[in-house]
Amino acid sequence: MKQLLILSGKGGTGKTTIASAFISLSKARAYADCDVDAPNLHLITEWESAPESSDFYGLPKAEIDKDICVECDICRQHCRFDAIKADPEYEIDIYACEGCGVCEYVCPAGAIKMTPHVAGELMLYTDFEKVFSTAQLKMGSGTSGLLVSEVKKRMKNAVKEDVGFAIIDGSPGIGCPVIASLSGVDMVLIVAEPSLSGISDMERIIDTAKKFGVKIAVCVNKYDTNLKNTEKIESFCRENKFPNLGRIPFDTEAVKAVNSGKTIADIDCESGRAVKEVYKNTMEMLLEI
Amino acid sequence: MKIAIPVDNKSLDSNVSASFGRSSYFLIYDTASKESSFIENTAVHSSGGAGIKAAQTIVDSGAKAVLTPRCGQNAAEVLKGAGIELYKSVSGNAEENITAYADKKLSVLDEIHSGFHRHGGGGR
Amino acid sequence: MKIAVLSGKGGAGKTLVSVNLATAANTSAYIDCDVEEPNGRLFLKPERIVEEEITVKIPQVDTDLCDGCRRCVDFCIFNALAFTNRLLVFDDICHSCGGCVLVCPNKAFTERDKAIGRIQTGSSNGIEVITGILNTGEPSGVPLINELMKKAERLEGYVFIDCPPGSACTVMESIKDADYCILVAEPTLFGVHNLNMVYELVRLFNKPFGAVINKCLEGEENPAETFCRGNGIEVLCSIPFDSELGELNSNAEIAVYKDKKYRGMFVSLLERIKQEVKRA
Repeated sequence: MKQLLILSGKGGTGKTTIASAFISLSKARAYADCDVDAPNLHLITEWESAPESSDFYGLPKAEIDKDICVECDICRQHCRFDAIKADPEYEIDIYACEGCGVCEYVCPAGAIKMTPHVAGELMLYTDFEKVFSTAQLKMGSGTSGLLVSEVKKRMKNAVKEDVGFAIIDGSPGIGCPVIASLSGVDMVLIVAEPSLSGISDMERIIDTAKKFGVKIAVCVNKYDTNLKNTEKIESFCRENKFPNLGRIPFDTEAVKAVNSGKTIADIDCESGRAVKEVYKNTMEMLLEI
Repeated sequence: MKIAIPVDNKSLDSNVSASFGRSSYFLIYDTASKESSFIENTAVHSSGGAGIKAAQTIVDSGAKAVLTPRCGQNAAEVLKGAGIELYKSVSGNAEENITAYADKKLSVLDEIHSGFHRHGGGGR
Repeated sequence: MKIAVLSGKGGAGKTLVSVNLATAANTSAYIDCDVEEPNGRLFLKPERIVEEEITVKIPQVDTDLCDGCRRCVDFCIFNALAFTNRLLVFDDICHSCGGCVLVCPNKAFTERDKAIGRIQTGSSNGIEVITGILNTGEPSGVPLINELMKKAERLEGYVFIDCPPGSACTVMESIKDADYCILVAEPTLFGVHNLNMVYELVRLFNKPFGAVINKCLEGEENPAETFCRGNGIEVLCSIPFDSELGELNSNAEIAVYKDKKYRGMFVSLLERIKQEVKRA
């Protein structure tokens, strides 16, 4: 199964809009949303059945048993994260607790236990034909590469026969979740936005992706919002020999499509026509040997 | 001599795992006795520092070489610190890689990627 | 008056709103808490920058005292330590909890300061610009945001806090002392989903808040507005989509300086916020 990962650096460049169009055009039988901070792909892909969901555990969090606590204050003095409140009873601020276990270690009364903490929810949609794996982090939980790895693993495990390829909507940023998204994929399509920050994001992502020895290609979304910057992106691609797979215009119809739960490929519009071209080029590159 | 390979399943014909730190198991193969065993990678559920923890498992297993498609900076530091050699695995299953290693067909892994352990949420 | 600007996802217009509000207020402070991608300074171009380094404590080991018992390795939940023939400490994984120092029976650890980033303070046409910049590879931006918040405490007048995207702990840290929160969202179904995340967050913290919907298309369905109406969220301003504003923004220019109509829009948004804060 060839895996295509769609990345963008900054959020909001239209990564999900493009991923969903690809899923619709290719009738993909396996896909995943690795944007676990703010997943959106499930809003635009239709599933009749509810997903199978399961808890995702992050680092444990401390818990104080008030009946055993002797209020000696030692835990509060040792906590480097200001996660212990003493007004009036001793309590853990679970949003500040990093799960290091120092309080449990120093408590002379044995009143503190590190307890498992649900940091997010994994969801797996399946039917006879296809698989969609996604997840959502809980409020206050930091982005997790581990959760991204789990999302991908669940997609892979749920695929029963060779479905040819999978489409993965990647994580934003350039950090650890992006590394987790990249691991094991065959090709990365970078959706660049023609803004100064968009260009610097693209360069940073390419640097990361290069180290994974995967095929790398670029497309420019909302290219007509700043032609000068679009040309900068395209000449960067030429100089560094990254295939530029096409331009997609800003299109108010795209907003309409999303709001009616459709992808831009499902309605007749300018951005939809452009995305088909990018799709064709991408699939050729993904599936070529 | 023992060699270690990150694998997805507990079998010689398993895929070599795409990730060192987050592979499900490590295949430990003894080139002298031709025996193989599997150890679970406890780092697979770590939120961070999985590569370091996985590398510690390899160090403790007594392996002297690791065959892997890629390896993060921190894991490489632990492995190299223990005098373990790193080789770049080739496509094919674990067994095919063992043969390639025995035939001296594997090249030394020199592309070490930085870990980018930057958690968007700040790790709290 | 401290006003925090949030959004569930990057790209909604958080920086656009906070930078232009700071400019519309004439004398104000702008604090960039999006420490991984601090972009506000690209717009405000502050001058006379003073920089200070922010540090955390990390352990270093005296290998002569270490006997290889590995208690620290077993204790460290972050996997920042390993033992080969000697103890290795991984600075970029360490969360500075101090646990290893405590558990070591041989007192082999001492702690030293490690820089995790810096804070730049400068000024731009009467606006004090304070930017937190996290070094690449650092596991947590929270200590840096804490320092930024300490600076915010000392400021008077309008203080605009540009938060990190999402609803993680770094955002909680950034809005902790805010008098008012502005939730920036896009007028799409995606926007609604992302708005809902920060909406839950500000309610959890009991902060007064209102929404700004960005990139609104005239005559189009606006699910974000419907969501706000349905949940009793005040819509402070609907910023129309226009290519001129988009272009100014993509070139990191401040709309309030460039065009009267944008100045008018952000000045009245600021007025609206003032009233909201009074009411709250």
